[in-house]
Amino acid sequence: MTGLYYALMVALALGAYFLVRARAAALANGQTLHSRPNYHGLLAAAQVILPMILIHFAGSVLAARFVEQQALAAMDPALLTDELRRGAAFREIREFAIGRGAANATQALQAGAAMYAYLSALTNWAVLGLGLAVGIAMALFSLRSISSEFRARNRFERVVRYLLMACATVAVITTIGIVFSVLFETFRFFQKVSPIDFLFGTHWSPQTAIRADQVGSSGSFGMVPLLVGTLLISTIAILVAGPIGLFAAIYMAEYASPKFRAWAKPILEILAGIPTVVLGFFAALTVAPMIREVGTALGLGVASESALAAGLVMGIMIVPFVSSLSDDVITAVPQSLRDGSYGMGATRSETITKVVLPAALPGIVSAFMLAISRAVGETMIVVMAAGLAANLSFNPLDAVTTFTVQIKTILVGDQEFDSAKTLAAFALGFVLFFFTLTLNVIALAIVRKYREQYD
Amino acid sequence: MSFASPMIQEPASVPEPAVAAKVAARHVNVHYGEKHALKDVSVDIPARAVTSFIGPSGCGKSTFLRCINRMNDTIPICRVTGEITIDGKDIYDPRLDVVLLRARVGMVFQKPNPFPKSIYENVAYGPRLHGMAKNKTELDEIVVNSLKRASLFEEVKDRLNDPGTGLSGGQQQRLCIARAIAVSPEVILMDEPCSALDPIATAKIEELIDELRSNFTIVIVTHSMQQAARVSQRTAFFHLGSLVEEGSTEQIFTNPKDKRTQDYITGRFG
Ligand SMILES: Nc1ncnc2c1ncn2[C@@H]1O[C@H](COP(=O)(O)OP(=O)(O)OP(=O)(O)O)[C@@H](O)[C@H]1O
Ligand SMILES: [Mg+2]
Repeated sequence: MTGLYYALMVALALGAYFLVRARAAALANGQTLHSRPNYHGLLAAAQVILPMILIHFAGSVLAARFVEQQALAAMDPALLTDELRRGAAFREIREFAIGRGAANATQALQAGAAMYAYLSALTNWAVLGLGLAVGIAMALFSLRSISSEFRARNRFERVVRYLLMACATVAVITTIGIVFSVLFETFRFFQKVSPIDFLFGTHWSPQTAIRADQVGSSGSFGMVPLLVGTLLISTIAILVAGPIGLFAAIYMAEYASPKFRAWAKPILEILAGIPTVVLGFFAALTVAPMIREVGTALGLGVASESALAAGLVMGIMIVPFVSSLSDDVITAVPQSLRDGSYGMGATRSETITKVVLPAALPGIVSAFMLAISRAVGETMIVVMAAGLAANLSFNPLDAVTTFTVQIKTILVGDQEFDSAKTLAAFALGFVLFFFTLTLNVIALAIVRKYREQYD
Repeated sequence: MSFASPMIQEPASVPEPAVAAKVAARHVNVHYGEKHALKDVSVDIPARAVTSFIGPSGCGKSTFLRCINRMNDTIPICRVTGEITIDGKDIYDPRLDVVLLRARVGMVFQKPNPFPKSIYENVAYGPRLHGMAKNKTELDEIVVNSLKRASLFEEVKDRLNDPGTGLSGGQQQRLCIARAIAVSPEVILMDEPCSALDPIATAKIEELIDELRSNFTIVIVTHSMQQAARVSQRTAFFHLGSLVEEGSTEQIFTNPKDKRTQDYITGRFG
């Protein structure tokens, strides 16, 4: 039905476009038009499409409401006491109506299904009819408003502007919505667990009882072990990625021939495109055993899952972020500064360390910040290589866990959405969000300062 | 460095060694890839005097200037042939250390390019590189002296630790001159040092060049005929990659031998 509706809409819009354009062109033969015929056509098409889309959306939503109400009216009201039951009953009706229901259907269910089938067909046709009527009316209206003074161009520009504005609004509102829903759930979590316990507690085991007599039923929600785990892994990652990325960037920007640069840079950027799950099993199956072997040979006790393995591989993952951004800022340092330094008798490496890097430093710092926030937000590699154990440990050879991993662990599987355990995921998400946001703001501030240096 | 294939050239282009030459160029050719940018240039540049290079845009003035401290080495596609000597020593000798050469031949660029460091650090940059000061006191002395000789000291003495990029354009250019003379070079090359400056700042720099003449050999590229006439003792006129005429500034401006020089000076082309 939806397919038919939009096919008709497109046909109508195309028809309106060509017809109106032709009419306007014919009119243009005799006199000068304010807007070129093309704009008359575009405006007509927009005037057909936009109301029809609106009608389809609003109509579908209203119709669905109406149909559900009417279908449920056939059922026993005693069974429809709350929202969940109503939903379940309606699902049953719908299943039955499309022929997937149980054979032993009750009288009421059959009646509801019949009502559902009848009404949904009816409302569908009603929406289609209304949409078509409005579309045709708009097309005719467009046809009638053609005149030499008609400002079709200006109107069409306005339509475009509102469309763009709508898209921007959707993006912004979605962001705000996500932030607020996380914030809201975080508050609900803090009603069950005190913020002090959450922020400063050193024990993380988010089990809550499903049955009161269950063993180990007391959950404890101290996020410190997760914070330490996150910081530990991110630190290892940046210790790997920082030097490698920066030195690679210096080589590419200052030493490499243009030819080498032309193929090396894309390859480095491919590294950024490797799915992290692939890097994750690389970490778990190759790097972690290797570290354990080396550790055992040295007489160290190494867990089979370790922060070191995850950190190393995550470091490799963020190398392209550091190198690509640093390469850009190093290249952006004006050639005149390098010339000035060479002209003083500085060698290439003196010029790089004394002039180019200090000039590019703010940009490099912000590249590091972005790489760190990427590392902090990474989940897959840690899940696979560092384990799930919430140990409070600063030892890189231990298994640790991070914010992201715990969020994922908490939310996988069947959940009650009002237990402290589930809500803890939102609180962790909020902390994580706050963390990366801070890093990004710092990075942006540094970049902005950097821009002011050369005008 | 080998000589370029001998080209048929008017004998006038090889100067008779009448003046005591600090820098001497013989049959210098420069190619940027396929482009022949400088064609068989031979010229003598006298010590403790200002020599100006004039000529229409794109005629190779900057290219030649950059040959004198081998800045062209930093351009991969650039190829230089011929011979350039300073005090009789070939500067393109492979055994010569280009870092030491550039310490002896300083350069000031068209656009002021102070490093994004403090005023003090800008001037101290060269002395630090070449280990010219044994301690902080000596370094301070070099910095202050250089700023004084570049007649900038009075204006910045209270803010030596402020960034050099925060100065005005004219001050920045004098800072660059101070930076260049801090390593006590023998030759200073200036590529249109005043083209980004207003008349007052320009007058200051010209005055400065005139003072520096007693200690340094100065080569200046300029688009201003008046500037060449005011500050230089010798003038060389380039056209389409060739050195057309070279002589005392007075002679070039009052009695040019070549028709092209005369046309350029009187503003008939350029
Ligand atoms: N890096 C380069 N790569 C290729 N060609 C160059 C390069 N630098 C200069 N050239 C060419 O060499 C010729 C001489 O250039 P040069 O910069 O020496 O001219 P100029 O006399 O200094 O001009 P202007 O007065 O405009 O500064 C020009 O034709 C220019 O296009
Ligand atoms: Mg030039």
